Amino acid sequence: MSQTVTAEGDGAFERLSDLFVARPKLLTFLLLLPPLLWIGIVYVGSLFALLLQSFYSLDDFSGLVVHEFTLSTYAQLFEEANLQIILRTVLMASFVTITCAIIAFPIAYYAARYARGWTKALFYLAVMMPLWSSYLVKIYAWKLILAKEGIITWLAQALHLTWPLNEILALPVIGGPSLSFSYIGTYLVFVYVWLPYMILPTQAALERVPVNYIEAAADLGADPRQTFWTVIFPLALPGIIAGSIFTFSLTLGDYIVPTIVGNSRLMIGQAVYTLQGTAGNIPLAAAFTVVPMVIMGFYLWIAKRMGAFDVL
Amino acid sequence: MPPAVRFVNVSRHFGPIRAVDGVTLDIAEGEFFAMLGPSGSGKTTCLRLVAGFEQPDQGHIEIFGETAEGVPPYKRNVNTVFQDYALFPHMTVAENIAYGLKIKGVGKAEREYKARVALAMVKLAGFEDRRPVQLSGGQRQRVALARALINSPKVLLLDEPLGALDLKLREQMQEELKALQDELGITFIFVTHDQGEALSMADRVAVFNEGMIIQVGRPIEVYERPRSRFVADFVGSSNLLSPTVAADHGGKAAWTSLRPEKIGVLPPETPVKPTQAHIDGEIKMVGYHGSISRFSVEAEGIRLAAEVPAEDGAHFDEGDRVRLVWPKSAMVVLEDAE
Repeated sequence: MSQTVTAEGDGAFERLSDLFVARPKLLTFLLLLPPLLWIGIVYVGSLFALLLQSFYSLDDFSGLVVHEFTLSTYAQLFEEANLQIILRTVLMASFVTITCAIIAFPIAYYAARYARGWTKALFYLAVMMPLWSSYLVKIYAWKLILAKEGIITWLAQALHLTWPLNEILALPVIGGPSLSFSYIGTYLVFVYVWLPYMILPTQAALERVPVNYIEAAADLGADPRQTFWTVIFPLALPGIIAGSIFTFSLTLGDYIVPTIVGNSRLMIGQAVYTLQGTAGNIPLAAAFTVVPMVIMGFYLWIAKRMGAFDVL
Repeated sequence: MPPAVRFVNVSRHFGPIRAVDGVTLDIAEGEFFAMLGPSGSGKTTCLRLVAGFEQPDQGHIEIFGETAEGVPPYKRNVNTVFQDYALFPHMTVAENIAYGLKIKGVGKAEREYKARVALAMVKLAGFEDRRPVQLSGGQRQRVALARALINSPKVLLLDEPLGALDLKLREQMQEELKALQDELGITFIFVTHDQGEALSMADRVAVFNEGMIIQVGRPIEVYERPRSRFVADFVGSSNLLSPTVAADHGGKAAWTSLRPEKIGVLPPETPVKPTQAHIDGEIKMVGYHGSISRFSVEAEGIRLAAEVPAEDGAHFDEGDRVRLVWPKSAMVVLEDAE
């Protein structure tokens, strides 16, 4: 018998791996199939179903959903009360995002540039640890901190600083009977819970800025401030944008934080929750859900236009 | 007139590592100066001390007579071409080149004009709107050069600028850099671990080892008259003869360096002139390098390397007995043979 180069009858696994080596695209296809099915059917499919719902309407008399194509549900979004909800939520998300970006940057910069060894481990621990505990527990903890009988009021009394606290609470719109019943409280909790989502991408972006870009800028005459604005910040921007996508969209859609900490005025997430639950108005709830998607779409489009992703 | 750069007993330590250890050096204005040494020898740290990225722990540095200690990089009239070019990825080629001008507040029209001129100077006209990622290594190198030169520095620092290029391109850039330096007349300080590059381009070479300058001089001096075993070995290659061997074969009773290309390989019993020295031995290995052949010969218990033009070496093979002959004047006594 003559010897052949191909080893025959080496078992199914052998033949399978030979097949994959010969046709690498087949392997890629097989590996991608499950996630594609998941994203395609479960994720995009349900989004599509949601979108479809938003083009139906609710019959005011029967309280039943009319399965006919209409834009009247979207028109309802532009009623005064609903516009207020949208505007309020977008403003809250914007302030939360800007605050997170400002607080996160120095932390991320320190972690990316200076932290080594155990300080780096400590950084990751400090940023990630709050994410390990339940979101609800954290929010209720904040409710206690911000409550009228809470630590902040107590501390203000101990330091004889009750008057500035009262001044703050007396501010129109954002103030309230106590921090835990005001927009300020909602804002503080949002900033707290989403901050890690801003720090981590910003840090990752800064980590990819080689030291010699900074040296090159200095070499070419840029002082530290100029180096920051012309080199470090533009290169960190994709990371900040990535972080802001998290903080912005998470705030846009959240309904638990404003329900527990805040006043009785609704945000988008709460509106969706109420509409699909007690009110049974699925079409309007769906239309409300589309709002954050449209806003995020615009946001990314503008960020792209401004060149935020040029480095990628 | 003060030297372009002056080092007076400069040291820079990183913890227990003495990266630069008591360097004293003057570099004249308009000189093409090479700092040559193996990695970790302190040459790059010296360059960074001139650029201002490092500050000396001891000693004193002057740039054109002005004290450099405590002066940040952005206030020094020197510019650097970085080893991996450090081009800003978020800027076009033109924006990269005009960066220094923009920082100085030069107007847009003038910036664009000067960037075009600088690009033409490095033979990259028409590349203004490309991004650094769209360029080849050689093109990036030229952009980095233009970006540094547009600021009219008094000293240009080059940190292994040709290290990332392939051989052909490297040779071409060597010529271009040399021509550019002649044309501009500014001081170039060039860091390299490639002795060929240092010898062919520089007016003067400083050989570094373990944070210290071992020898400074014109390329021909450093190559022909190495003062230490390290220089003899690192700059080119060298046969090291012990005092006894050297004394027995026409030299002095001292450690002696003998360049392989000074040694001729001849048939045994070839008569020798009085100005020549010789040794008889057996060929252990032949290496064919195209233009030359390299022989490893065992003679009187030592190994000697000899390089001869390939056509002269074609008559010999491994195992042949040969006579190695060299002019006595080619034997260089080493002051320091540690």
